[in-house]
Amino acid sequence: MRDRLNQSLRHLPTWVVYIVGTLPAPWLFYQGLTGGLGVEPIKALEHEYGELALQLLVFSLAITPLRKFAGINLLKFRRAVGLLCFLYVTCHLMVWLVLDVQIPGQIWADILKRPYITIGMAGFLLLLPLAVTSNNWSIRRLGPLWRKLHRASYVIGLLGAVHFILLVKGVQIEPLIYLALIVGLLLLRLPTGRAASSGRVRRQGV
Amino acid sequence: GLGLSTMAGRAQADDALEPNSWEDVTSYNNYYEFGTGKGDPADNAHVLTTSPWSVTIDGLVDRPGEYDFKDILSEMTIEERIYRFRCVEAWSMVVPWNGFELSDLLAMAGVQDGAKYVAFETLYRPEEMPGTAYRVLDWPYREGLRLDEAMNPLTLMATGIFGKDLPNQNGAPLRLVVPWKYGFKSIKAIVRITLTDEEPPTSWNMSNGREYGFYSNVNPEVSHPRWSQATERRIGGGLFAKRQPTLMFNGYQDEVAAMYEGMDLRKSF
Repeated sequence: MRDRLNQSLRHLPTWVVYIVGTLPAPWLFYQGLTGGLGVEPIKALEHEYGELALQLLVFSLAITPLRKFAGINLLKFRRAVGLLCFLYVTCHLMVWLVLDVQIPGQIWADILKRPYITIGMAGFLLLLPLAVTSNNWSIRRLGPLWRKLHRASYVIGLLGAVHFILLVKGVQIEPLIYLALIVGLLLLRLPTGRAASSGRVRRQGV
Repeated sequence: GLGLSTMAGRAQADDALEPNSWEDVTSYNNYYEFGTGKGDPADNAHVLTTSPWSVTIDGLVDRPGEYDFKDILSEMTIEERIYRFRCVEAWSMVVPWNGFELSDLLAMAGVQDGAKYVAFETLYRPEEMPGTAYRVLDWPYREGLRLDEAMNPLTLMATGIFGKDLPNQNGAPLRLVVPWKYGFKSIKAIVRITLTDEEPPTSWNMSNGREYGFYSNVNPEVSHPRWSQATERRIGGGLFAKRQPTLMFNGYQDEVAAMYEGMDLRKSF
């Protein structure tokens, strides 16, 4: 069963993932334009993009544990998932900047004054170098530094979840679930039985 | 009295407010007893039983008791009031309410001399309110007004919108509307009204007192700790709706500012 799954995953080209993963961006925008997102489409679109980004972040952080504990190999899609996450974070940010806040003077004030925006912005800035270096040339060029740099995704995951928790009114369950998922996925990365697994992990990438 | 109705008439007529659509008003609601999403109340509130309904009026009143909603209605004169509605989340609507003045209801129960505040409570019925399974707030939802705020002729007990009965998601069968305060003050599905001599605890203030004050008057100069209150977005303007400036006391300064004279509105926010 697992082998058959891995085999069909091997045959799935990554460009399919890129295309299917990109389609919701224009589709949601179209929905917002035509009333499909309700009577307040700006907030709705902002939320949809942000939530998709968070889900892709969770997915990207799940790829290593999935292989380690379930034997499911999605490694070849990890770059696509990461870049799609960057796409939706960017869409989320653009909706906030252009459609939501609108007032340029307000934007900088919000980034400095409102902790949830400061945290969200920090997450975006950390994501930038990861997106820029997600190509084979950078991997070759940066060598071991590349892997270190891309561990920033752990911090980005936590920032994303905290951003969501801080922006809702009251203590709500949904953002807490995201935080629990992300913390859980990070905990799974802690070395257990170091001697047994370290060689394999190092060879196959973290 | 004559003076009061003139006042309300002016509030209604000023700059000819254009009401939002029925869909805007009934599909975009905050009513956490039915879920925290804006569409949750419209999806979930239809199961709420709103008839029979009674309201307990107690505390410092001459005629305390459980008043049947039908009996209340038979004593009150329903009128239309078109008010701006400004949510603390910086969005707004214009709603054509139908209802009666809270002061008329309080007169029915007879307010005693010592009363200084009015406390309100929403129905808490977990079997019909899926949102109460989560302790987002300390149920039942509670709100309160100072007595002079409650007696202000703008303060409405709404029973309808657009000339129809209140839909459940809008707080049926009876809700408060205080148009110069942030929307969460306008408590829905009221089952208890208590006259007291002390400032009553209120739900959002209990949950996060730093962000939500007892007064919660609409004030563009006092920002919420997490966002500015200087501007708002009118619901229904689509994907490219422009923000517009928020008005002091939501545009009802002439009618209500005198009640807060001498108060520091930054401290008593």
